[in-house]
Amino acid sequence: MIDLTTHYLGLDLRSPIVASASPLTRDPDTVARIEAAGAGAIVLPSLFEEEILHDELELSRALEAGSEHFAEALDYFPAVGDFADAGERYLTDLEDLKARVSVPVIGSLNATSTGGWVRYAKLIADAGADALELNLYRVAADPGRSAEDMEAADLDVIAAVRAEIAIPLAVKLSPYYSAMANFADRAVAAGADGLVLFNRFYQPDLDLDTLEVVPRVELSHPWELRLPLRWIAILRPQLGPDVALAATSGIAEGTDVVKALMVGADVAMMTSALLREGPAHIATVERQLRDWMDARDYESATQMRGSASHATSDDPSAFERANYMKTLQSWSSPSVASP
Amino acid sequence: MPERGECLDGNEAAARVAYALSEVIAIYPITPASPMAEHADDWAAAGRPNLWGLVPEVVEMQSEGGAAGALHGALQKGALGTTFTASQGLLLMIPNMFKIAGELTPAVIHVAARTVATHALSIFGDHSDVMHARTTGWAMLAAGSVQEAQDFALVAHAATLRSRVPFLHFFDGFRTSHEINKISLLDDDDLRALVPDADVIAHRERGMTPTHPVVRGTAQNPDVFFQAREACNPFHLAVPGVVERVMDELAVRTGRRYGLVDYHGAADADRVIVVMGSAAGAVEETVDTLNAAGERVGLLRVRLFHPFPVERLIAALPPTVRSIAVLDRTKEPGAVGEPMYLEVVGAIAEAMDSDTPPFARTPRVLGGRYGLSSKELTPSMVKPVFDELAAAHPKRHFTVGIYDDVTHLSLPIDRGFHHPRPPGEVQAVFIGLGSDGTVGANKSSVKIIGESTELWAQGYFVYDSKKAGSVTVSHLRFGPEPIRSTYLIDDADFVACHQFGLLDKMKVLEYAKPGATFLLNSPYPAATVWDTLPRPVQEQLIDKRVAFWVIDADAVARETGMGNRINTVMQPCFFALSGVLPPDEAITRIKASVEQAYGRRGRAVVERNSAAIDAAVDRLERVSMPADATSVRSMASTVADDAPEFVRQVTAILLAGDGDLLPVSALPADGTFPSGTARYEKRAIAREIPIWDPDICIDCGKCAIVCPHATIRMKVFAPEAVADAPSEFLSKEFRSKDLPGHRLSIQVAPDDCTGCGVCVDVCPAKSKTEVRHKAINMEPAPEHRDLERRRWDYFSSIAPLDRGLLPHDSVKGSQVLEPLFEFSGACAGCGETPYLKLVTQLFGDRMIVANATGCSSIYGANLPTTPWSANAEGRGPAWNNSLFEDNAEFGFGMRLALDAQRQQATALLTRLAPFVGDDLVRSITDNAQETEAEISAQRTAIAALRRRLSGLEGPAAADAAHLLALVDNLVRQGVWIIGGDGWAYDIGFGGLDHVLSTGRNVNILVLDTEVYSNTGGQASKSTPRGAVAKFAAAGKGTGKKDLGAIARAYGNVYVAQIAMGANDLQTTKALLEADAWPGPSLVIAYSTCIAHGIDMSKSMSHQKDAVKSGYWPLYRFQPTEADSQPFKLDSHRPSMPVPEFLASQTRFAILERTNPQRAALLAALAQADADERWRYYEQLAGMHRSVPHVPDAEALPDLDMGGRYEDEEET
Repeated sequence: MIDLTTHYLGLDLRSPIVASASPLTRDPDTVARIEAAGAGAIVLPSLFEEEILHDELELSRALEAGSEHFAEALDYFPAVGDFADAGERYLTDLEDLKARVSVPVIGSLNATSTGGWVRYAKLIADAGADALELNLYRVAADPGRSAEDMEAADLDVIAAVRAEIAIPLAVKLSPYYSAMANFADRAVAAGADGLVLFNRFYQPDLDLDTLEVVPRVELSHPWELRLPLRWIAILRPQLGPDVALAATSGIAEGTDVVKALMVGADVAMMTSALLREGPAHIATVERQLRDWMDARDYESATQMRGSASHATSDDPSAFERANYMKTLQSWSSPSVASP
Repeated sequence: MPERGECLDGNEAAARVAYALSEVIAIYPITPASPMAEHADDWAAAGRPNLWGLVPEVVEMQSEGGAAGALHGALQKGALGTTFTASQGLLLMIPNMFKIAGELTPAVIHVAARTVATHALSIFGDHSDVMHARTTGWAMLAAGSVQEAQDFALVAHAATLRSRVPFLHFFDGFRTSHEINKISLLDDDDLRALVPDADVIAHRERGMTPTHPVVRGTAQNPDVFFQAREACNPFHLAVPGVVERVMDELAVRTGRRYGLVDYHGAADADRVIVVMGSAAGAVEETVDTLNAAGERVGLLRVRLFHPFPVERLIAALPPTVRSIAVLDRTKEPGAVGEPMYLEVVGAIAEAMDSDTPPFARTPRVLGGRYGLSSKELTPSMVKPVFDELAAAHPKRHFTVGIYDDVTHLSLPIDRGFHHPRPPGEVQAVFIGLGSDGTVGANKSSVKIIGESTELWAQGYFVYDSKKAGSVTVSHLRFGPEPIRSTYLIDDADFVACHQFGLLDKMKVLEYAKPGATFLLNSPYPAATVWDTLPRPVQEQLIDKRVAFWVIDADAVARETGMGNRINTVMQPCFFALSGVLPPDEAITRIKASVEQAYGRRGRAVVERNSAAIDAAVDRLERVSMPADATSVRSMASTVADDAPEFVRQVTAILLAGDGDLLPVSALPADGTFPSGTARYEKRAIAREIPIWDPDICIDCGKCAIVCPHATIRMKVFAPEAVADAPSEFLSKEFRSKDLPGHRLSIQVAPDDCTGCGVCVDVCPAKSKTEVRHKAINMEPAPEHRDLERRRWDYFSSIAPLDRGLLPHDSVKGSQVLEPLFEFSGACAGCGETPYLKLVTQLFGDRMIVANATGCSSIYGANLPTTPWSANAEGRGPAWNNSLFEDNAEFGFGMRLALDAQRQQATALLTRLAPFVGDDLVRSITDNAQETEAEISAQRTAIAALRRRLSGLEGPAAADAAHLLALVDNLVRQGVWIIGGDGWAYDIGFGGLDHVLSTGRNVNILVLDTEVYSNTGGQASKSTPRGAVAKFAAAGKGTGKKDLGAIARAYGNVYVAQIAMGANDLQTTKALLEADAWPGPSLVIAYSTCIAHGIDMSKSMSHQKDAVKSGYWPLYRFQPTEADSQPFKLDSHRPSMPVPEFLASQTRFAILERTNPQRAALLAALAQADADERWRYYEQLAGMHRSVPHVPDAEALPDLDMGGRYEDEEET
């Protein structure tokens, strides 16, 4: 029997296949199906600092709009006693999920700055999350801020959250750091127990009918896995075996999980494939993983983990090379899909 | 000092007790009683139990008639029941009230007494409604203050159970219902002590039960009815004693002693005023002031009006009294006097006729009317009443508070007489806008001071008649003595003007007493503000030696993320300057109140408020004033010099806020007012206005069609028509095959625009080089107003295009037509008014309007002005409002009259043909009037006919005179029956259904906001599943009624469902088809509303999403098309999930924050509703139906016959 158990953020997981943050992981019924399909852990969708603020301010504005204008209608909504703001609803959902599933549930917090919201890290921990994933999400559009500033701010956030909670902390990074290896090291030093690579930014699009900028979510494609593969391969030996690493972006089938594990990931996270195929796809991927391992006589996920990292691969420099040469050479090869 | 002093208004005070003592509460919204019902619904939704641990059944009914019926049933089953109402609502309850009293059933109705509509509707307070109920057999108990509204609610509930006579407990609408005052709260033990279980059980045991079956509600005959009617006498006779005992028990528990009547004043008074309700406060102050000056006068308050406490009244009057004035807050034309006057006269006559006459000489009794529709009653009005009582030949009947120069009944007002304010009292007046939060902050200040200090506190708030840019005036009193002044403040210690612009429009400093403090929110600092003030303001500041302070509250609010909510900045400044509380304590308490108000909505709001509070006081600056006024600028004039005489003589006075000064003779005796007056009210309330860029414009007309206030106009003209145009006037080539070579201009009316931004939201034309720049763009008003005023003036001088030159069945074609509904008082971004404006563009010169009471009647005809207007020829919509419940019938009556007049005119015309010419007669009778050209020809022919008729003499002259009075009816006219969903789906549905069934030619336009908008957002049967509304605070669980389906079931009714923001062309076509259809038409128009909790500048985008999601499918059901498919589904297959649409509106989104599980369930059901409806409508759209109808309706002599089944005869 192949042993798929893995160790991630200090948690023992039955499988390295993890359902990443997405709208699916907010719905208790779907989460139950994800668990039934064999997910090793579940990451809740991110609680956004902006969401909390926007929710409070806009709701307050809407409830007061038109009030005290006109003698017949001094307001337009009933007096509502107990509100649950975006944060509270998140915590309630988390508590409900914890009560329903036995698989580890990882909370997720999306922050742009330190501030009052950091208390939500504590609240998420108190609500029973097994770990917290901190999503450092921002667009570095301010020309007045240097890379040093931005990185320092990110590290402050990590440290602030670390100080609030006792549960394991993972930090989900974007791939846009100039000195990724250096930053990864400092993130761990600031208190991260693990790194999730990588955050995909939702890129806005232009609607040519209305000439409006519209948010557009594109599901990930398999080729997107290559970026986390490279960096996990590089970081695994640098950070050592105790730092948790998760691969996310482009994990769609069993062989993708194999690759992630081999370069050194503890878990492989899936979002787009689940949105496309449904929660049961986790069982399919697990079967593909087992088939692949079985065919090649692998015994366990632990055995595979890091077997082809920068430190252990037969051509370590390949991960560091820009790979122009190879890519160009492969242009004529129909077997390689070019991004 | 009350032990548990809390500040609340009369409605809440009464509702608390009513709720605690009821098991069934049947409700229906009506101003000013709605908040009582809203509280009850909120409390039930929150699970608050009544005195016996049960959450009462709080149920909204379809009308007050329905509420009374439900109450009657609940009472007969033995439940404790109540309801809340006012005005017409109470009148609708009267039939059931007779029954309830006749069956000796304990019940209480709480009434915020309000004017009954006569020559005009009024939402304000007087006793004309409750006086109408005095024959029903209900006991009537009058509260005169917030404290009494609470205490008498308990007295009423206790006494009804003991006496078995039902009680009508009333207090003055707005003056008491909406006044916030510090009161001592009753607790559950007080309630239990006065309402013993035995009384409750006795009532229950009389309830209907199959265990002990009885029959009630029998029919009786002449043999016994009379005797049976007299059998109840002992119960009614016992009521005064019961009430007195309950009041005594209340006094034992609370120390507050009330009598059936209470006398206040000199024991040896020779003159006494008898009054009931809140006015007693002003009379009491007058009595004290006069007696302190050595006079001997008194006040007799009547608390129990029915059964009239004759003995107690006689006993309470001083034996020395020589003359009595009974003041009634109602008018009963034709009676000897008003009701309480008659009661008092009768009581004294009977007493004097007894064996022991109480007075040496029968006192003279005068009857006076006061306070109709919340007209003020102040000591300076009361004092002349005492003067009149002393006169040798007084007016037997008089009015007070007005100047009657017609029947000369009024007493003069003694403006020099004042009640001295008690030492230590602070009176403060705040002038602000509805949108800046002034009233909310003042309500909070009253609570802060009243509930956390020894001081007594009172707050009363005066609102505007407009819903956009509305001005509010708050009147606050704080002092060491209980505050009984039941009138507005005109000698304030502190005056604050929260909007700099209002200094030019309102006489702000008139509120200030000499030496007062004045706080101005000013964009100018202390050093420079003086020169920016109008001269009259400067003069008053100097003359009254005012301490003048400024703060730039807008800047502070902006910097702290508060937007335009400057209240948080102004409130600490009030505390800093007024000295009512020590500044530090005030800041702490303001923050605590913010925490209490907003804490449950999250930290961000609290933190922003807190930052604004901290930033406020530091920015306060004292202005040092020069010795003399220096400004040359006067106040803004109210109306233009070229306005019509009525506008200059009357409307302008109302606009200046001086309507109280108008004499009786200035006002129309029958309620008839000129139309088209809104155009003279230049309010200039927009901060930003839309500016047109002709280079980008594509002539689509969308900006004009959606404009809720008709402030964006589109004109098309020949180039030579603007040959004299100034160079700054903008126009462009008009893209049209129909009118080559013409020019187009789009112009905003800069002083009428509310700045809602809907036009910019819908504009589809974007610059090729900068997409955010559209063909119309919001720009700061101050920078553009002068130029746009000049452009508007020139634009207005261009003659409208001949109506026949362009087809009307397009957006562009409809928008070059002149709107005859303009500049209404509706909310910025209103979703209803664009439909009304479009209807007037298409048919305004030949339409009659029956308008249901509601938003549309308020923004349509709330004085001072009306948006309904006329064209250059003087033609325009003839508009009227009857009631809320009868609008379909009202319009139907207009149709019947119109048809009768047409028939009469046609008959006369035929008879007079030999005299006026057969050809002319035939040209009139044969004209189908389907096109603008034909209608124009008809008007020309009728003009010719008029000329010939007016010259006729001899035997035909009499007929000619008749025909001249009727002849205009031969031009095709449309009857438009207009109202909201509260009317159409609920209270007026029975009538609407009946009118649809008659087959007569009426056009019914339902402005469907899916909620009772005008009364503040109560649920109607149009409210959709999942929406949170008042009376559906827990989220409406049932789906929306498909009104269109009910109408379609008749088969011969034209039905359309429209949403302008989704498809303006379909909207236009549907209205044209409704007008053309010779039978009944029903058009249901999706109308975005502030009660949806949306950004109103995106009003039309929300309409688009409503259709896109399948939430609101567009269709037209055209019964004319025999052998075809009469049901046209005009919208595309849904392409957006319904929950996504719901999540974008607060009315739905709020439920997700209060009850996520219920929200998810209802959202799923809402999706299922939409799916099912779409599936059904899709099948309907494919169905071939042969709808029997009159084949050539237009050719029939009676247009009203159209649309009826051929074989259907009138029965």
